[in-house]
Amino acid sequence: MLEHDVLVVGAGLAGMQAALHAARQGVSVAILTKVHPVRSHSNAAQGGINAAMEDDDPWEDHAYDTVKGSDYLGDQDAIEVLCSEAPETIIDLEHMGLIFNRGSRGQIDLRAFGGQARKRTCYVADITGQVMLHVIYEQLMKAGTHVYEEWFVTSLVRQNDAVCGVVALDLRTGALELIRAKAVILCTGGAGRVYEPSSNALICTGDGYAQAYRVGAPLMDMEMVQYHPTTLPGNGALMTEGARGEGAYLINADGERFMERYAPNMMELASRDVVSRAEQTEINEGRDIDGCVLLDVRHLDRNTILQKLSQIRELGLEYEGVDIIEEPCPVRPGMHYMMGGIKTDIQGATFVKGLYSAGEAACVSVHGGNRLGANSLLDTLVFGKRAGESAVLYADGIPFADVPDSRLQEDREHIERILARNGDDGERAATLRLAMGQTMHEHVGVFRDQKGLEQAQATIASLKERYANVRVDDTGKVFNTDLLFALEVGLMLDVAEAIVSSALFRTESRGAHYRTDFADRNDDEWLKHTLVFHAETGPRLETLPVTITQWQPAQRTY
Amino acid sequence: MQFTLNVRRYDPEAENPAPYWREYEVDVPENASVLDCLIHIREYVDGTLAVRCSCRSAICGSCMMRVNGQARLACATKAKDMQADGAAITVEPGGNMPVLKDLIVDMDVFWNKIRQVKPWLEPVQPVPEREYLVPNETILDLTVAMNCVMCGACVSDCTSLEVDKNFIGPAALAKAYRFVDDPRDDTRQERLEELSEYGGVYDCTHCFFCVEVCPKDVAPLDRIVEIRERAQNAGVTNNAGTRHAKAFEGIIRDSGILDEPMVLLKSIGMNPVEQLKNVPGGVRLLRAGKLPLASGPFHHKIPGHDNVKRLFERVEAVEEAQPAQGVKS
Repeated sequence: MLEHDVLVVGAGLAGMQAALHAARQGVSVAILTKVHPVRSHSNAAQGGINAAMEDDDPWEDHAYDTVKGSDYLGDQDAIEVLCSEAPETIIDLEHMGLIFNRGSRGQIDLRAFGGQARKRTCYVADITGQVMLHVIYEQLMKAGTHVYEEWFVTSLVRQNDAVCGVVALDLRTGALELIRAKAVILCTGGAGRVYEPSSNALICTGDGYAQAYRVGAPLMDMEMVQYHPTTLPGNGALMTEGARGEGAYLINADGERFMERYAPNMMELASRDVVSRAEQTEINEGRDIDGCVLLDVRHLDRNTILQKLSQIRELGLEYEGVDIIEEPCPVRPGMHYMMGGIKTDIQGATFVKGLYSAGEAACVSVHGGNRLGANSLLDTLVFGKRAGESAVLYADGIPFADVPDSRLQEDREHIERILARNGDDGERAATLRLAMGQTMHEHVGVFRDQKGLEQAQATIASLKERYANVRVDDTGKVFNTDLLFALEVGLMLDVAEAIVSSALFRTESRGAHYRTDFADRNDDEWLKHTLVFHAETGPRLETLPVTITQWQPAQRTY
Repeated sequence: MQFTLNVRRYDPEAENPAPYWREYEVDVPENASVLDCLIHIREYVDGTLAVRCSCRSAICGSCMMRVNGQARLACATKAKDMQADGAAITVEPGGNMPVLKDLIVDMDVFWNKIRQVKPWLEPVQPVPEREYLVPNETILDLTVAMNCVMCGACVSDCTSLEVDKNFIGPAALAKAYRFVDDPRDDTRQERLEELSEYGGVYDCTHCFFCVEVCPKDVAPLDRIVEIRERAQNAGVTNNAGTRHAKAFEGIIRDSGILDEPMVLLKSIGMNPVEQLKNVPGGVRLLRAGKLPLASGPFHHKIPGHDNVKRLFERVEAVEEAQPAQGVKS
């Protein structure tokens, strides 16, 4: 029988941080991940990680910028935790071996990032996430933590009122196993693949959202989907906000720095929702270049580009055939990040006993309606640590639950039903996913309205019906990635449904959620979170008050 | 645009598992990567094709495979650059690692080697209250090694590993460099000693394939050479690798042409047991006519030997003017 006091699902930054801190308490900890830890999508965070590192920069200022960035939807108690614990988090990371870029005295250097009143972003060139992921993995190797590598959770096991393990598929062998755990921490990341295109990796299929949702944990603020202002039109790849932090311009077809009209003070460094909306407006009004605006770094020093933005220069060359030193690069808003997620408290606990979450999978909420660039890496470490420690407190002293074999049998039968449909008349998972992604991008993107959202709702419902007939070509056991994808698409459809329902529910515009039919923020009715629960009849919606400590909602301009 | 891919497949669950080739025609956008083609096949043509992939932007390191015979990240390889007139693009799993299924290899081999170099910082004590102060130049130097995404391309195409499974290999040595050159690490001397032992930096044969195939410009060979220099400068010289290098240098300086038996003897050192171990190899070389008999006192100088001497003098003069700092590439 496989069992661990604490089982962490997902091995990105949040998952590894949770596991490291849980293991330090001396309990049995394992990580289960569908890809090797260093393949996780934390890799893709290019620009940096925020912290008020300088003596004349009180953490409260970082917190205020975050609250304002969230369009006052972030819970301020959680944001206080995030920002006050940021500097020590950075120092811990540096002591682990992270190689931050340095200033003239050898201290950690800072760069400017969007939505912040001053430079506050620690960074390693434009590969900050990659370096962080590899350094945390070094610590995991040092600690010798057990990793179920290339395993996939098919469902969470809930007995009575508590989660007490998972059913998981060993992708290497095809074996389906029950793994008992006193506490499970979901650090499964975001759900970019629910959209097409997206800056996200192919593994970002929102597995944890759907699995938590299905065992009764509500998802919060799922309508808050961040579109990043600078993604490549070809494959949706990200061009770091660090480029604008270093001084890049955004220009339209007329050669105009159009942000002057939308955010005269912060210009290109306004918060992401503001910049993405401005770009989309330019594009919709015809001042575009083939559906794009241009990211221009030609006026920057060549060495700055080569040393600090070398990866995005390569991306431009590789995917658009543009050398950013010589030419401006076409970019457009692209789906990038889920502010919403599994509702947790500031200790990482969900509404279901035994179930914890951190990172993009979770919604604490520190990002509210719009996340500031370089706050996501910080979120993973601060709340990963807290989730790890509080899961240990919960697991300490309780027994493993008895789980009947029938529980494993349910998932086995579900898989066998899919494998049995390998004829020609079933539905290909890829076809369903593409239709879902395009619908979500069209109707649940930068601009939304009731008509479009209802259309998306109907499309997702019909895709769910078609999914009942999903088929695979591969009936083998070893690395059956065909089956894996079919399972992922099933989970993604639940996530899409939760996003659309939440977007229909919130009849105002706030942060990344912009309703053209309700164009204003409405604090009287909507200064609150949306909560979506799974029910037999479809998503059930509720609200939760926003926690306000020291910053009263105010008009938001940049 | 139409592309033809010839993919090396392997199904471990087949009745008699054996690799085979399967050809696919795909119609994808002109700027599609090889990975885009494979994903298209997997999603719409043949779902049994197994391939690891995730980020599609050369950062996660999942999709290393051989395309037209060379290790690459499939996501960072344009199909149209690989398709010569009329010929199919050949796609195979990476080398030097066992194939598990189709394009998926067993990376445990790779990670075990990484673990061998103790790839974590052993912090200099006492740990400061704030961050360690480090010059930015040092960080830029370490960033070159930290660029590595652990894709295994260098390991796949390493010719030393192909014949010597004991070699730690290019990826792990590049990773080791990141700690050797990190001023915050307290175990530099131990690391340099361990890395100079059998299987370490001296077992690289300088074929340059790792430099050529690395998709992130880590240039593992350059890192290996730098570790050697750091080790020798730190007095780590009591090993076969350093003796080999010194013997090589001395003999060329003295005679201008290599005295191979003498290089071997000097590399092994005055250790009769080790010397005896090399006798069978010596006999095989003799039989193959690859061991010159004119060795030791019978070894001759080449004509024009003075020119060789002058070359040495010039190099030494340059080195004196610029004290050794390691090769920066």
